[in-house]
Amino acid sequence: MIPAAFDYHAPATLEEALALLAAHRDDAKVLAGGQSLLPLLKLRLGAAGHLVDIGRIPGLDSIKEEAGWLKIGGRTRESELERSALIRDKYPLLADTAAVIADPLVRNLATVGGNLAHGDPANDHPAAMTALRAEVVATGPRGARTIPIDELFRGLFTTALDAEEILTEILVPAPPPGSGGAYEKLERKVGDFATAAAAVQVTLGAGGEVVSAGIALTNAGPAPVRAVEAERYLTGKQPVAAVIAETARLAGAAARPSADRRGTIEYKREMSRVLTARALRRAIQRAKEQ
Amino acid sequence: MAKHKIRVKVQGTEREAEVESRLLLVHFLREVLGLTGTHIGCDTTHCGACTVLLDGQPVKSCTVLAVQADGREVMTVEGLEKDGKLHPIQEGFWQEHGLQCGYCTPGMMITGYALLARNADPSELEIRQAISGNLCRCTGYVNIVKAVQHAAKLRTTAA
Repeated sequence: MIPAAFDYHAPATLEEALALLAAHRDDAKVLAGGQSLLPLLKLRLGAAGHLVDIGRIPGLDSIKEEAGWLKIGGRTRESELERSALIRDKYPLLADTAAVIADPLVRNLATVGGNLAHGDPANDHPAAMTALRAEVVATGPRGARTIPIDELFRGLFTTALDAEEILTEILVPAPPPGSGGAYEKLERKVGDFATAAAAVQVTLGAGGEVVSAGIALTNAGPAPVRAVEAERYLTGKQPVAAVIAETARLAGAAARPSADRRGTIEYKREMSRVLTARALRRAIQRAKEQ
Repeated sequence: MAKHKIRVKVQGTEREAEVESRLLLVHFLREVLGLTGTHIGCDTTHCGACTVLLDGQPVKSCTVLAVQADGREVMTVEGLEKDGKLHPIQEGFWQEHGLQCGYCTPGMMITGYALLARNADPSELEIRQAISGNLCRCTGYVNIVKAVQHAAKLRTTAA
């Protein structure tokens, strides 16, 4: 399959890239890893007059901790996230997530920023970053602004990013001691989108009670679903078996999946519940081991 | 639409061509350079038959534009053999019958090559994870795993 014709730009700096986006606006698309965009163009589900490749701009692909934040460059490859010792040791929810995105070959090109900016609720980072209460940095012609993750996703393939902006960085609050996270995904085969998946991040207090909780679901609606009631219920409680079960029940009830070849609505909701319980148990285990 | 002059190092040799923006890397390799060892399978980023190394990393060349490879290095299955001598990964697939129809084999070998470059002694699980983006509809993967293990042994005894 061959995409409809477009012109290709390979700016060497962020300023050049922003100027190209400002000039072509809705007729331009940012090309990062291309692992979602190129299939869309090849299938002719989408078209763009101009592709602005940010692959040659230095400084967009780092993973570092700074002043209480984990800062992930927008063009950081999933494979880099997967192999990062810092991510493995301190952000197990992200390590879990990176390891189940598409397949290893796709992860060598696919980027964290692209996974978010694409606005696909079937992608895995939207829920993971929602559980982590991340923020994204959108850089445009008038400078950079920060968008909280809960305000980024507007619906299917729609985000709060302006046509002139590039998602340049993801900011994740560094977890306090006693924190743990996990991502549980059910997929029919490697490379498939999630039938259902749950992202959980918790912090335990000195007495073992949950002091903060982030719970979000993948592919459970037109945007990632934050299980608000489940988070509220869990916070302040000892995470005993009955509490985990009720938290998972509330999360499953928050899912609004649609039926497709992967399953019925009832099945997917039930899987959201089961996966939330599993992710929560693993997150708590990791928080205790910290 | 505008054409772009690109320069790509393929198996270590600079190749230059003028290509359309939308030309895919796999078409550039097969049709412009005549390197037909890289296969087109699903053409939808699933099967991995078109796997090549881009700056040392295995990627699906049906999902990369030729212009994105400008200034970069590509290695295809044709780059494995050196001076008439098979690379250990090729020897492994030969010795362990790691193929039946052979369609997935170029991609499998490139992925196997990249795995062994990063991890000289992978476990069976690590091999299976590494090739999880390469589909084979004939072998059931058992002999492919053996082929990669065979290659790992050859590489360490040769070193």
